[in-house]
Amino acid sequence: MHLSLDTQQINQCREYAKKVVAPMMTDLASYSTVTVERTVLRLLGIDGINRFDVPYPNVIIDHLKATGMLEKGAAFAMAHALNDTQLSPQAIAEAVDEGTLDLSRYKTANQPDMTRLLEAFTSIKKRIDQQTALRRSQRQHPRDKAVPDKYVIVATGDIYEDIEQAVSAVENGADIIAVIRTTGQSLLDFVPHGATREGFGGTTATRENFRLMRAALDEAGKRHGRYVQLVNYASGLCMPEIAALGALERLDMMLNDSLYGIIFRDINMQRTLIDQYFSRVLSAYADIIINTGEDNYLTTSDAYEHAHTVIASQFINEQFALKAGMPSRLMGLGHAYEIDPARPDSFILEFAQAQLSRQLFPNAPLKYMPPTKHMKGDIFMGSVQNALFNMVAVMTHQDIHLLGMMTEAIHTPFMSDRALALDNAAYVARATASFSEAFDIKPNGPVEQRAQHVLKEALDLLQVIAEEGLFTTLEKGRFAGIGRGRTQGKGLDGVFRKDSLYTNPVLEHLQDALKEGLR
Amino acid sequence: MKPIPKAIRPYGDTLHDGKVQISFSLPMPSDAHGEAAAKAVAQSMRLVDVAVVEQRSLGKDYSFYVVYGTLTETVDPSTLKVVDHGEKAMRKTDVEAFINEHFQAPLVFIGASTGTDAHTVGIDAIMNMKGIAGHYGLERYEGIEAINLGSQIDNEVLLEKALEVNADVILISQTVTQKDMHIRNLTAFVELLEAEGVRDRFLVIIGGPRINHALAKELGFDAGFGPGKFAFDVASFAVKALAERGVKTR
Ligand code: B12
Repeated sequence: MHLSLDTQQINQCREYAKKVVAPMMTDLASYSTVTVERTVLRLLGIDGINRFDVPYPNVIIDHLKATGMLEKGAAFAMAHALNDTQLSPQAIAEAVDEGTLDLSRYKTANQPDMTRLLEAFTSIKKRIDQQTALRRSQRQHPRDKAVPDKYVIVATGDIYEDIEQAVSAVENGADIIAVIRTTGQSLLDFVPHGATREGFGGTTATRENFRLMRAALDEAGKRHGRYVQLVNYASGLCMPEIAALGALERLDMMLNDSLYGIIFRDINMQRTLIDQYFSRVLSAYADIIINTGEDNYLTTSDAYEHAHTVIASQFINEQFALKAGMPSRLMGLGHAYEIDPARPDSFILEFAQAQLSRQLFPNAPLKYMPPTKHMKGDIFMGSVQNALFNMVAVMTHQDIHLLGMMTEAIHTPFMSDRALALDNAAYVARATASFSEAFDIKPNGPVEQRAQHVLKEALDLLQVIAEEGLFTTLEKGRFAGIGRGRTQGKGLDGVFRKDSLYTNPVLEHLQDALKEGLR
Repeated sequence: MKPIPKAIRPYGDTLHDGKVQISFSLPMPSDAHGEAAAKAVAQSMRLVDVAVVEQRSLGKDYSFYVVYGTLTETVDPSTLKVVDHGEKAMRKTDVEAFINEHFQAPLVFIGASTGTDAHTVGIDAIMNMKGIAGHYGLERYEGIEAINLGSQIDNEVLLEKALEVNADVILISQTVTQKDMHIRNLTAFVELLEAEGVRDRFLVIIGGPRINHALAKELGFDAGFGPGKFAFDVASFAVKALAERGVKTR
């Protein structure tokens, strides 16, 4: 099955997307953020919370900020302290918390020797490398499979209940389990600690919750003879920290998209684009597939009229990922089946869009979202909508197949909703197994014409964005019709300009490893 | 209009046959014991002639059932008290005419999706120019000034802004309802209004997929609107209520 598309237009799309992204990255290179620095601390092995439940990475960063030391980067003060005190990073954090160590004593213009700091980092990195190697040896990459990976979410708010739900899903055929985060976590400027049982519309992302779910899925997977992938959200105000925790606890995919945070959570754009860069470098290093969120635009804007905004955004997200050293095989670019079922030919139009994404990003493990916006209380009709969506997912060879729930409009999924959705998808995959050998796309027919039209519109939009700049685009609300100002939104107070002595050897190490293709 | 019936049962294919279908999961394996338990669950709902027509495993410790049964009880709809918004809603042009006739200054509506809720489509559907499903939003109404603060707005911020712009009506949207999150947040807003002694200063209207008028009243709001309700429903209720209260009236 193949759409005839204008290669020149596709190349132009990539050129414009490059023009959109390159100046942004240069613009932001002279800034860092509090969560980037906390990630550095986590990658030195600092973990846990103090007696007021404040995570130690926050304790240190707050201390550095208060003493005017933050602009040199967390590594600067830490390296000095490591060399000076001979304590471990964790012991330094605890001493700072106790008030027995004041890092402002290292307010000097001398670059510290980084040997001890890099030693601490290397031992943490070893765990990431082990986890990555384990995944490599056990998982078949979604892009290499004949049938899309079936992805379902759990969202009870209670990690122990989530595990029951997830294990049941594995027993019913799920390949990927995503633990949705609790409402409001994206706006927390710290990562909560420990096992949690109190989320709303999702479960708190914590390192311990990651670990518990990972262990449960490994065990269930072993029983069923397959590797089960785990997903969480490296998004919101703690993007890179969560990416680091995901790498340490062997998450396989991470939702990771600044544009989503800007548009749907009102997170400041400068903040989150800086954070995204570090988190993508980390994910690229740890071989974690990212999932981007363009599908969400269509939950707010009309999916027929704004189909091209999804394509344009995929091109932009691709460039952001490339800048971070990420190969195509880790780019789980998002799109969705959200056209109003009342519109004639909605299936044809969806097919065109899905096949278009497929051909534009042939090596990317595409993330395909089910109908959500037009799901109503009629769960029976909902099942039919999901079946049509499943057909497009299978026929156009999507990779990460988020299953639609017939109860989408009502509640976060019940155990039975997931099982029925898994059956639905498995049935469709079975029933249409040789679809692409049996049928061709009619040249110049409605599918091809629609795809060509959307591509052209995406190209026009990318040209506009390249000319006006992404910040202006976001201000104007070209994605999802929601406008956000450059200095508006949450988290801007956590952005700082780097001092001339600023140093981040952890990031540099990861960048070098990616450049040298060590991964 | 037909009179409201006095005795009914669910209808399958014969009047008063009482047929219902239900489905649910049980925390036990799908086996003969599970089937018996499913049947007992249905009987505990006072169904008779219970048939478990489908059962399946949801994994080793859980199972799912589709069950049919017959309800023998009858229900008398004519005795039920139904809480609704009263008279039929006016159309947009009629609302505008009503405003023109009764009020001496534009009416100020301020709205938000509050707490940690990030859903805006509902409040936008009511407030923004474009509206939804062919029904324009309040912003488009002559005589109404609509201020939409967007989502993730704290109760305190909403109240502060409402006081600042001298709002007549406060609109609140709540979409996330898991574990009754919306109830907590909405209750907190009423408590805030009371604590600040400004409950009577505003008409306060709530909405969202799980909101209805009865719930709104119960929580201490003036009105509530759920799915299938549009700007004209809200506007029409609000202008009449404001006229009754004598707010800004001529
Ligand atoms: C679109 C959508 C999103 C979009 C929102 C985009 C946006 N700009 O708003 C995105 C992708 C961002 C999103 C995110 C989340 N979502 Co959501 N989302 C939906 C979805 C698909 C549609 C909701 C919608 O837009 N409906 C259309 C509008 C027009 O309908 P409405 O809100 O009911 O509004 C009408 C009436 O209710 C009324 N009304 C509404 N508000 C008001 C206010 C007033 C004053 C009045 C008078 C009337 C009124 O008028 C409107 C017109 O008739 C639903 C599923 C579904 N199909 O319903 C899930 C759903 C609502 N989401 C859900 C969840 C859990 C979330 C998340 C919390 C997930 C997570 N853990 O991250 C996050 C939100 C995080 C947060 N901080 O809130 C759950 C809620 C479960 C529950 N019962 O609690 C749902 C039901 C999906 C599910 N089954 O899990 N979501």
